[in-house]
Amino acid sequence: MSTGELPPTSGAGGAASAPLHEPASIHGDDGGAAGADHSGEGVWRRAWRTLRRNPVAIAGFVIVAAFVIVAVLAPLIAPYGPHELPGRTDVRPTYIPGPSAEYWLGVDRYGGDVFSKLIWGARASLLVGVVSTLFGLTGGMLIGLLAGWFGRWVDFAAMRLVDLMLSVPSLLLAVSIAAVAGQSQMAVIVAIGVVQVPIFARLLRGSMLAQRGQDYVLAASALGLTRRSVTMSHVLPNSVGPVIVQATLTLATAVIEAAALSFLGLGGGEPSTAEWGRMLTAAQQELAVAPRLAILPGLCIAITALGFTLVGESLREALDPRNRTRR
Amino acid sequence: MLRLVGQRLLLLIPLLLGLSVLLFAWVRALPGGPVTAMLGERYTPEAAAAIEAEMGLDQPLIVQYGKYLLRLLQGDLGTSLRSGRPVLEEFVNRFPATIELTVVALIFAIGIGIPLGYLAARRAGTVVDHTAVVVSLVGVTVPVFFLAFILKYFFAVELGWFPTSGRMSPTMEATHPTNFYVLDGILTAEWDAAWDALVHLILPGIALGTIPLAIIARMTRAAVSEVQNADYVRTARAKGIRPARLRTEHILRNAMLPVLTTIGLQVGLLLSGAVLTETVFAFSGIGSFLAEAVFNADYPVLQGFVLLIAVTYALVNLLVDVSYGLIDPRLRRQQ
Repeated sequence: MSTGELPPTSGAGGAASAPLHEPASIHGDDGGAAGADHSGEGVWRRAWRTLRRNPVAIAGFVIVAAFVIVAVLAPLIAPYGPHELPGRTDVRPTYIPGPSAEYWLGVDRYGGDVFSKLIWGARASLLVGVVSTLFGLTGGMLIGLLAGWFGRWVDFAAMRLVDLMLSVPSLLLAVSIAAVAGQSQMAVIVAIGVVQVPIFARLLRGSMLAQRGQDYVLAASALGLTRRSVTMSHVLPNSVGPVIVQATLTLATAVIEAAALSFLGLGGGEPSTAEWGRMLTAAQQELAVAPRLAILPGLCIAITALGFTLVGESLREALDPRNRTRR
Repeated sequence: MLRLVGQRLLLLIPLLLGLSVLLFAWVRALPGGPVTAMLGERYTPEAAAAIEAEMGLDQPLIVQYGKYLLRLLQGDLGTSLRSGRPVLEEFVNRFPATIELTVVALIFAIGIGIPLGYLAARRAGTVVDHTAVVVSLVGVTVPVFFLAFILKYFFAVELGWFPTSGRMSPTMEATHPTNFYVLDGILTAEWDAAWDALVHLILPGIALGTIPLAIIARMTRAAVSEVQNADYVRTARAKGIRPARLRTEHILRNAMLPVLTTIGLQVGLLLSGAVLTETVFAFSGIGSFLAEAVFNADYPVLQGFVLLIAVTYALVNLLVDVSYGLIDPRLRRQQ
């Protein structure tokens, strides 16, 4: 993998910033003239231009695209169905068949085709990752928006709730929620989603508070815009950048946490379920005999998480205004 | 300083009250109601009646909550359904193991993370820098339990350099006055026991410490690269201060504040990660016990442990906040 460079948030040696063809359009300038719809455009278009030239971002996009394609086309690619155990008769208590022409990556303890199960596992991970992140994003943005919009006691109450949720380490919170929500894939999705809510809420609120003191907000209010339209068409669009970056990074965490929850036996279903975390649990007993059963699903989780992380980090870098003014 | 600690401890009270309400509601929201959920296959009419009486389920919710809170204040966190022992006792017995593991993980994470991040920032764009970036990326994307698997497979199963599981070799005979096995060995001068316990901590410690290592390295790199370009550093350099003093007193000390916050926040991650790491290495701390409790639907254990872990997490972060004053004298005066 070409590592390229990925300057951290402060980006000391960030030479990969976009070339400045035109003077940076500071938001307040075009906000008044062009109206609300174009308010975020300059920032996002610039970010896109930066991303296209960043090899790290491209690597991330390639991984994510491959993952999504495999997940969506699973029924076409996978030689066997998610619940099929074609190699059942070949497995002996002391012998698990390795890779062959029939089973490219061998079979597991239950006789499932590992190659097929990895493909179906991508589908399960994509589902859990995307749905739970949407869940967390919606809930968090709602709370953050309410807090950032109304301020005062709404803000206070919302932030105490957020503090409360963050006081329990995330995996434990997820485990507790999954226990209440019952043994199902939906329970895992809800659990991971709820854990993300406070993170998004705090981020959006902070981001909105930072915008509230800006001149363009004052200008919009002075022009007689209602609080609602100032918040919805000006403050919110300018505050979502960090939230979107976080959502991309959260997809990586969600995939890992989903695997962790099913590793702990939450989420229901048979032990032979085609799900990466579950495959790792099952592989625990076979570690000395067939390490590939643990290594393959583990690599899948790590690579998928890496893809989302690379995209998220490059996006953060591209949206960071500090990288814009610097060559 | 004392006043700050007092203030922060007072702030803990509403947090704990809120948490107790949540946990109280949580038990009542369990699928099928608390009695069915707690007993499951162990269900008998007598056992059900006992639980109902203990929780006072026939009384109004507010009374039930009051009783729950009262019991909490007396240190009664309920009884494990599986072992029949008090939850608090189970926690106290196993906590030293997890503390040992967490300390080893933190030493690993800080010991490598800070120097790595520092060197990466000071030599931006070099091999060290690229290594740090790769480490911090891989560190956050590899699941803890997978890393634990890999370490266990290569270094314990294949190479046999380290034990595969447990806190101590089964054949080792040792006395345990404190339940901190390494400390016990040192206190009782049973050096072989201390060494044996330490060796058992290494692989799980590395597995658990890798994510914090990645995050700390990254944070240090960012903080140092910001500080090293600050005006006062340039001034100090212009004054001709010895480089060693510049490094420690001007750059590192000022860069440590955000790093310290990050380290405090890692403790939550470590306690979460302990659930997975301890399970893989069959290491009998609070993490593996919690995982078993989840598996066995031992809800009083889950309820009590979540509360105790949240308290631990809050106390550690309080400690971190207080220690800011040690690093930054300006904060000391403000306090």
